[in-house]
Amino acid sequence: MTRPTPRLESTFPARNVGAWLLLAWAGFLIVPWYIVEGGFFSFGWLADFASHGPAVLQGLQGVPWLLPLILPLLAATWLWARRRTAGLAVAGGLALAWMAVEGLAIIHSGWGFSWLAELAGTKGPVQPGMGWGAVLYALSMLMLLAADFAGRGWCKGDRFVVGSLLIVIATLVIFVAYPLISILSSAVRDNSGDFAPALFSEKLFSGSIWSVDCLAGGRNCGVAWNTLFVAVLVGLFSTALGLALALIALRTQIRAKWLLRGLSILPIITPPFVIGLALILLFGRAGIVTNFLSVHLGIPRSRWIYGVAGITMAQVLAFTPIAFLVLVGVLQGVSPSMEEASQTLRASRWRTFRTVTWPLIRPGLASAFLIAFIESMADFANPLVIGGNFNVLSTDIFFAVVGAAHDQGRAAVLAIVLLVFTLAAFLIQRQWIGKRSYVTVGGKGDGGVPAPLPRGLRLGAYGIAAPWLLLTIVVYAIILVGGFVHQIGRDNTPTLEYFLTAFSIEKGVGGWFLSGSAWPSLTMTLTLALIAMPFTAAIGLLTAYLLDRQRFAGRTLFEFLAMMSFAIPGTVVGISYILSFNVPPIQMTGTGLIIVISFVFRNMPVAIRAGLANLGQIDRSLDEASLTLGARSFATLRRVMLPLMKPAIVTAMIYSFVRAMTAVSAVIFLATGRFNLATVYIVGRADVGEYGIAIVYAAVMIVLMMVILVGIQLLVGERSLGRRRAGAEAMPIAA
Amino acid sequence: MNDSTGNDSTAISVDAGHPAVRFEDVTKRYGGVVAVDAIGFDIAPGTLVTLLGPSGCGKTTTLRLIAGLEQASGGRILIDGTDVTALSAAERDVSMVFQSYALFPHMDVMENVSYGLKAMGLKKAEVEARAAEKLSLVGLSGYEKRQPSELSGGQQQRVAVARAIVLEPKVLLFDEPLSNLDAKLRRRVRDEIRGLQQDLALTVVYVTHDQEEALAVSDRIIVMRSARVAQDGTPRELYNAPASRFVADFMGDANLLEATVGKHHGEVAEVRVGPLSLDLPHRRIVPGAAALAVRPHAVRLAAASDGKGAIEGRVTKAAYLGDHMEYTVTTVSPEAELFATDADVNRPHAVGAEVAVRLDPESVVLVAND
Ligand SMILES: Nc1ncnc2c1ncn2[C@@H]1O[C@H](COP(=O)(O)OP(=O)(O)OP(=O)(O)O)[C@@H](O)[C@H]1O
Ligand SMILES: [Mg+2]
Repeated sequence: MTRPTPRLESTFPARNVGAWLLLAWAGFLIVPWYIVEGGFFSFGWLADFASHGPAVLQGLQGVPWLLPLILPLLAATWLWARRRTAGLAVAGGLALAWMAVEGLAIIHSGWGFSWLAELAGTKGPVQPGMGWGAVLYALSMLMLLAADFAGRGWCKGDRFVVGSLLIVIATLVIFVAYPLISILSSAVRDNSGDFAPALFSEKLFSGSIWSVDCLAGGRNCGVAWNTLFVAVLVGLFSTALGLALALIALRTQIRAKWLLRGLSILPIITPPFVIGLALILLFGRAGIVTNFLSVHLGIPRSRWIYGVAGITMAQVLAFTPIAFLVLVGVLQGVSPSMEEASQTLRASRWRTFRTVTWPLIRPGLASAFLIAFIESMADFANPLVIGGNFNVLSTDIFFAVVGAAHDQGRAAVLAIVLLVFTLAAFLIQRQWIGKRSYVTVGGKGDGGVPAPLPRGLRLGAYGIAAPWLLLTIVVYAIILVGGFVHQIGRDNTPTLEYFLTAFSIEKGVGGWFLSGSAWPSLTMTLTLALIAMPFTAAIGLLTAYLLDRQRFAGRTLFEFLAMMSFAIPGTVVGISYILSFNVPPIQMTGTGLIIVISFVFRNMPVAIRAGLANLGQIDRSLDEASLTLGARSFATLRRVMLPLMKPAIVTAMIYSFVRAMTAVSAVIFLATGRFNLATVYIVGRADVGEYGIAIVYAAVMIVLMMVILVGIQLLVGERSLGRRRAGAEAMPIAA
Repeated sequence: MNDSTGNDSTAISVDAGHPAVRFEDVTKRYGGVVAVDAIGFDIAPGTLVTLLGPSGCGKTTTLRLIAGLEQASGGRILIDGTDVTALSAAERDVSMVFQSYALFPHMDVMENVSYGLKAMGLKKAEVEARAAEKLSLVGLSGYEKRQPSELSGGQQQRVAVARAIVLEPKVLLFDEPLSNLDAKLRRRVRDEIRGLQQDLALTVVYVTHDQEEALAVSDRIIVMRSARVAQDGTPRELYNAPASRFVADFMGDANLLEATVGKHHGEVAEVRVGPLSLDLPHRRIVPGAAALAVRPHAVRLAAASDGKGAIEGRVTKAAYLGDHMEYTVTTVSPEAELFATDADVNRPHAVGAEVAVRLDPESVVLVAND
């Protein structure tokens, strides 16, 4: 018998640290430090090495502030030679801090802070945005930091865990926190960039945001009140409808699986503004219903749908499924045995509902309300399409930037107000109601038959739900057929005109090509969504793994930061990305990269939740067994966790892809002529009244995503869940 | 233990002269909860040591500290003479058999057992040979391609053991390995584990809260109480010379009687229990109040007529168990409920009968009050 090779080697991770050091040196000595015109991967910079040079060359040629970056490198290399990790954190920390300081202090137009300009009395030196050299250098320094922290016993001394944690935190800071801070900083400055607190408070408290004129008979209330008013209405209606639907789905004979399925898929695959569009076709001045009423009943045409009524209707239609999903989870969590217990105690059905079921689902109702409330405030596309002159915060932010006024300060102030609203609702939802109400979607109840609804309640639920269902069906019918007739409601002769304009494929000189006007944006959207998909899943699941399986200081804060992007309205993300990534040190606007990044961080919470739900079913002792068998956490993650997390991986990928395809609020700020997106294109068509093309395109998207969803579900199916029975009962170790 | 100095591979670690595991003032805190409080012990190579104690006393935490699944908040942990306090679980030469077995559900038996060898980066042929060897050792040859879900509880347990010993770790840990098995299987698996440990001269740390199991398998037992070591000794020492009331109570169903220790005379002292007076080894327990641990079979019952100088009691329960009787006897001075066994099944004492209680000095032991 041979003894196993000893597992205890020297504890200095020489290979790991060495590799990162090498990369850091490469980032400093070889790879261009700054953004390269024409893109890094064109490798044009190789020909022009001197001017697109690495930090060391740049440093010697007029950007001396890059030279200090060599000191941490030398220090880290010295530590490496002496086989010590202690101290790497200082080197790495100093390097990153200096990069932040010089990057923020010196931008493309001179000093990055106005007080620096005053101090120096000059315009200051300039530098472009950071490029791949800087990225490599910073990443390596972060990993050296991780090696030191791990050496000090952080996260049980696991370099992989510390490293992933630092990477996730760094990306969250750069792509979630930093943009938000940029909003704040541009809100307190005027358009020329000078600090202007008076202007800020003037904007913040301006009548256009807070006026209550409408109560006193004036024409308009402030946009903040408008937004809140609609959001409360939408929250109330959606919750009531969601509850009615959930009760019908779970507590009546019509326990229709298709209802559940359909309702859970609809909001995911429907681009948000589509419903607004359909409502216009139904109730607009020239809409089908309006026509019918005016022709047959002589009711005059009006524009009532453009405004509060239209926005509220569209959003209620759009967000009821979300409230429904939350409430289904809550209702399923109400154990039937509790209701049975109540009934065996001689309580009537109504009494049982009132005294047992209702109190148990009350927190869920509040949760559903707040989620619909947040969604309503964050919604951008429906108000844009159907809002008419009625402004809400999200559209106002957009018009402040793209409109004639082009007032970034005002946009920032509006974004702050909106963000405060949604974050407050998010905080209340988490703190006050707790986590149980939204994590348990699809949770299992115990045995027993749920108590049937009292008669009155049942009829009430039908009464509330039926009109909504009808309207939903009509809306989707309109979307699916509306693009294939001349002018729906007026001229219902079928036509392929719109479809062909958008999606024709022609044979030209060089063979077949996609000549339809929609192809560029559709292929671009598909490409970017596909690129974002694996990254979203990876970073979301990694975060879920860190949250579920690791204990570290600041975990709650970390979780909050990660989940917070759920509550940041897309418009706020859009404006904040423009404000922060338009200028050095990180300059990305106008690229596809920034769109991909916005997809990743907007959809990350979905992946996190899928991951958390899945990890909750995998017993902790499995990873511990793997660890004690000598597999480090990375090997454990790859060989034990990943195979068992297939369901979450699939869910995270699908959702991130589909949500990226349907997103509009954030990317409408980021899309450009070259990087145009399907949703932005559709909104643009609708905006100029080309409803035919808009609807045909929307229908194609819905069908496309339905096909993708169903296809993946068939492909992966229940197979991945086949042999999913861990060794024995869950073990209470370190629960 | 194997005391031949032949070419047995494990002899190397025995020769090295280090304890296989050493705890020096190790503390583990979870926020405000102290789960393990400055405990220290040595575990000799090639022995099976049991951590025994009531629920929540810190056994699992201690085991996980050895494995590296928890990081100590203070103190030092040495394995085979090397300080491993800061090393992660993967870096320690320790394997663990989990209460739930923790078999990887997506791998078959062979893949489970070879997992650790693959993680070490061994060649495929060697991996398979070694895994097959250990599988046959636990009697599961022929089951290589089964999924864990296709095995019985006992078989799953043996796969878990095979998976853990295949790495020939310096220390093998078991956390209540029998708790998922039925009573009959427990005895057998217990004996198998002990047999395997002795054949391979493994160092094993074994957690249980069943004192009988502990007595049956252990070379040494560490009794824990509220995050501390209450006593550390051989099964015989713990049974015959419990260091405290708690240990006496926990090891076997000892009756604890209030007693008064008189003056020491050499090794013995006069001990008074109610009307009884016994000369017992004082075990350095100072004169004054103490407790007397009385095993059930040390309680001698006789008819009340025979009661001079004995404790007066009354039988409140009597049960016939085939080869012996079990009685519960209530006494007034000292006030107690005595649990007694009696081999005499032919002349039982009836419930309600007055009896004279005497104690067999050979089977009682004096313990200090806690
Ligand atoms: N992760 C944790 N967080 C907080 N407290 C913990 C944690 N793990 C254990 N504890 C506490 O530490 C103490 C010791 O726990 P431990 O699991 O070691 O007990 P045990 O002796 O194994 O008990 P049992 O026989 O019930 O398994 C208990 O009071 C427990 O509540
Ligand atoms: Mg335990």
